[in-house]
Amino acid sequence: MKEYSTFDILGPIMIGPSSSHTAGAVRLGKISKQIAGQGFYEVEFILHGSFAMTYKGHGTDRALIAGILGMNPDDERIVHSFDIAKENNINIVFSASDLGYQHPNTVKILFKYEDKEDFYVIGSSIGGGNIIITNINGNELEMNGNKPTILLKYLDRKGVISEISSILAKDQLNIATMKVTRDKDIATMVCELDDNINSSIVDKISTIDKILYVKSINPIVR
Amino acid sequence: MFNRGTELLELCNEENKKISDIVIEKEMKATGMTREELIKIMGETLNVMKTSATEALDKEVKSLSGLTGGNSKKVQDYTKKGKTLSGVFINSAMAKAFSTSEVNASMGKIVAAPTAGASGILPSAMLSAQEKLELSDDDLIKGLFTAAGVGEIIAKNATISGAEGGCQAECGAAAAMAAAAIVEMAGGSPKSSLDAAGFALSNIMGLVCDPIAGLVEYPCALRNASGVVNALISADMALAHVQSIVPFDEVVEAMYEVGKALPETLRETGLGGLAGTETGKMCSKKIFG
Repeated sequence: MKEYSTFDILGPIMIGPSSSHTAGAVRLGKISKQIAGQGFYEVEFILHGSFAMTYKGHGTDRALIAGILGMNPDDERIVHSFDIAKENNINIVFSASDLGYQHPNTVKILFKYEDKEDFYVIGSSIGGGNIIITNINGNELEMNGNKPTILLKYLDRKGVISEISSILAKDQLNIATMKVTRDKDIATMVCELDDNINSSIVDKISTIDKILYVKSINPIVR
Repeated sequence: MFNRGTELLELCNEENKKISDIVIEKEMKATGMTREELIKIMGETLNVMKTSATEALDKEVKSLSGLTGGNSKKVQDYTKKGKTLSGVFINSAMAKAFSTSEVNASMGKIVAAPTAGASGILPSAMLSAQEKLELSDDDLIKGLFTAAGVGEIIAKNATISGAEGGCQAECGAAAAMAAAAIVEMAGGSPKSSLDAAGFALSNIMGLVCDPIAGLVEYPCALRNASGVVNALISADMALAHVQSIVPFDEVVEAMYEVGKALPETLRETGLGGLAGTETGKMCSKKIFG
């Protein structure tokens, strides 16, 4: 039996009209921006399934843009996000595509940068404002953004996990879950923690040998 | 801890407490937060509810799609004229429910209670009860914990999702939560609160989810307006000790069974019911092309 808290039932406080098509879309946008990083000049939203069919009526487009601008699901500026993106000189493109076997409310968010390669994140809004990220630049994974999360990519070798966990332990951070998958010699790790992560941890982890990518994502309010 | 209505009532009876007390204590244990912290968050929740339930009363709020809007103001203006069939109280409650639904459809701020689609019912019920029973905001905050406790039981043992159980699961749950809260705030017993919740679910059992164009607008706003009336009369029935034959937990089970038996076209797909009518399809075509 799933547990519910009082504020799962009376909440979230959100901008309407739909927890999955609006609130979840804001969270997808915001978490994707945190994964991809700042400095993009254009964002393309490739919508799949129900997102592609009904995004206009639910304001899913405004919600996704609000997310990549860093807004939370209860921000009353969401309705104006097209204008705010323009003020910030971010070009916005929407398209529809069949992304294959995916949840009906799925979006691929493609970030474009002047000084580095394109970066994409695929995620789904799975109901009640909950989301799941399933793909980052072709790496399949699963993260829901409900807990502070460290994302890592590294050339696999012995001892990496213990080096990471000792850095976390030194800073009194407790690991809640850790999942590692491997494609050829490149390993992807999703590590959820009980406490929020500060940037010094990311700096320390990035000094470990053969780390290709490290990012920390603190949870987004629901 | 409680998973079912019977367990909640036992806890109330053992300790001679209200449902809201038991829910607050459970939440303190589960989250580690203090009573004051929980009350503060619920106070913020109530404030959002108050704003959404009154914002569209005297200004026309249009939905993002352009399909609906302005009904809150229409009912409010009609109420002011004084000559109505169901009276000022019921009409004002409907206007407030419309208000939150319209704010939601226009990308305004609401509290999902328990969902965005059913978000008009609880705020209107709380404000209507506040006026009628002369309650303080603190009373309403406690009432919202009672509502949440009832909602938790429904979510755990059935569903609060229209895609899974139809409108009865969303507007039905919201009305049940509101009815239980009103009974407690009016001085009724915990058992009467659950009777009221059971009545509210029984009154609309089988209600389908058939939104035109799949949007949270029509008939959703109508069902929020009728949903708050359902909550108010269910509370009155329980306070009058109308005979409740099937206990709340079994009503919840029945709602779930009925929900699962509904065809997919009547579970938030925008295909059957009103969405599937000639006009419903035409509206959809106009919005999405």
